[in-house]
Amino acid sequence: MSAYMTGIIIILCLNIIIAYSVFLPAAAGQLNLGAAGFMIIGAYMDAYLSSADEGLGLPIALTIPAAALFTGLIGFLMSFPILRTKGVYMILATFAFAEIVAGIVLNMEVVGGASGFPVTTHTELEVLLPVTVGVVLFGFYLISTRFGLSMRSIHDDESVSLLFGVNTHLVKVGAFTIGAVLGGLAGALYGHQFDYIEVQNWGILFSIYVLLYVLIGGTQTPWGPLVGAMFFTFIPEILRAVGDATGIELFTELRFAAFGVIIVGMMVLRPEGIMTRTFLELLFRKSTPKSDIKLS
Amino acid sequence: MLILQQIVNGLMLGSVYVMVAVAFTLTIGMLNFLNFTIPALFMVSAMITWAATAAGFHWLVAATFGMIVAILASLVIERFTYRYMKAKYGDATEHALPLVSSLGFLIIFEHVVIMIWGTDPMTFNSPFAHAKFEISGIIFGIPQLISLALSLVLVFGLSLLLKKTQLGRALRSIAEKPDTATLMGVDVGKIVPVVFVMTGFLCALAGILFTVNYQHVSPYIGDHVATNAIAGMVIGGLGNIWGAIAGGLLIGMVEVLSIHFWGADIIKVPVWTLMLLILVFRPAGLFGHTQIGKGKF
Repeated sequence: MSAYMTGIIIILCLNIIIAYSVFLPAAAGQLNLGAAGFMIIGAYMDAYLSSADEGLGLPIALTIPAAALFTGLIGFLMSFPILRTKGVYMILATFAFAEIVAGIVLNMEVVGGASGFPVTTHTELEVLLPVTVGVVLFGFYLISTRFGLSMRSIHDDESVSLLFGVNTHLVKVGAFTIGAVLGGLAGALYGHQFDYIEVQNWGILFSIYVLLYVLIGGTQTPWGPLVGAMFFTFIPEILRAVGDATGIELFTELRFAAFGVIIVGMMVLRPEGIMTRTFLELLFRKSTPKSDIKLS
Repeated sequence: MLILQQIVNGLMLGSVYVMVAVAFTLTIGMLNFLNFTIPALFMVSAMITWAATAAGFHWLVAATFGMIVAILASLVIERFTYRYMKAKYGDATEHALPLVSSLGFLIIFEHVVIMIWGTDPMTFNSPFAHAKFEISGIIFGIPQLISLALSLVLVFGLSLLLKKTQLGRALRSIAEKPDTATLMGVDVGKIVPVVFVMTGFLCALAGILFTVNYQHVSPYIGDHVATNAIAGMVIGGLGNIWGAIAGGLLIGMVEVLSIHFWGADIIKVPVWTLMLLILVFRPAGLFGHTQIGKGKF
């Protein structure tokens, strides 16, 4: 496998994990524009624990879960104030959270401040790939449980879920916390892939892109973040390849602008995202038995 | 004396934030829509003003170009964002649809500008670079002073328009309940573009004033200004025009003073913590009273 392909797969894997981190609260109707915040916490926690020179030098089998769980704890504590807000307010609140995290880390001299922090233990795909597969399977499993069903019902109608006895607050806190754990996991793995972390990598644009993976992919089914992350990772590369192959530089230069056009077009034509429940039925059930009794 | 000078500088910078914050607060208050194309509109008008001036046009002509392009772009954005919001899918992430489209537009504008002019910061040769006067040691730049006055006058006019005119009444009724507004004979499809024209106008003006005052442009200027304007808007209360003025000026001052005393990084934490606290515990903002978008909290 060429280095180029490996590079794309690494980015794809990280994108998928962080997409599931934002997807879980989104599946319960909570939009999170603070993916960068969780990723920063996870990356720095893991780097500090595992780095041989300036950190504690612990083995990564310990530090990656520890970083993920620590991020989950922060997410759990933050979910109480953040979940008091709704809609646009929640988007702004999570965005503020990410800015606060970035600001704090930028001023922490123990992790290098603005100059970044080196990660000494390097891993190849052998860690990242299984973890990614595990995260995807976990995402599918979680949505299939009763907890996942509650998440979906809150996504569709929160008041009715409450009327039917779903503990909506508990479910939202749970979804947000598990999302935070996955965000921390993505951050920790990022450090071991690229050997160097700095806060500037995770600005507002990063959080925006992650939210786009999820919303373009679709929040109705666990296929959404998977497809969304793939879409966002591959389309620029495909456009680049087309540009190189045809020799038309416009493709290479315009690939991100074209991307914006695709996003706007998607929202006009398919506002629920690429993967929806009806689309999945169309894909997997070849013949739906038609019932004579028409409900509602 | 140095501190007084910094306060003056902060107010001048704040006047740019005020206009962008008002643009944000208008769309949120009226349409419940966080318009992420605002940084792009700001940046596009600034870049066009710079490019047209560099091509030899008079700066006023250049600024007119910038403004027209921004307003037209804003109308195009309206077609592809808000208009599709009315389609009801009935789930909790539905309100994110226009947000996602506006993010798409942000990506389009930024990359088209980068493609045409590159990512390097450019210098704008302001015709007023030396127009300044001094009162007991404090230097006032005349263009900065004019932009501060202009932003206050504009926002005052806007608030009068909302309060007194037929159009303002229609806008406020849409802010409260679009369906009822339609029943009462307000043509929502015709009134909503007005909000977008206002947004485009305010952003373009802010962009042009920023270019003239600070004499540099780059494809990324919008992000920084918009982030600070969002902070100003939240401090003033979402949907509160006068709050956006106070918040914008406050953020401008805090930014300049903190750079003066401690450097730029450290102030982010208290400012954004304050923002988070306001959003969670007092979404109507520090000043409480909102003119538009009542009953959305």
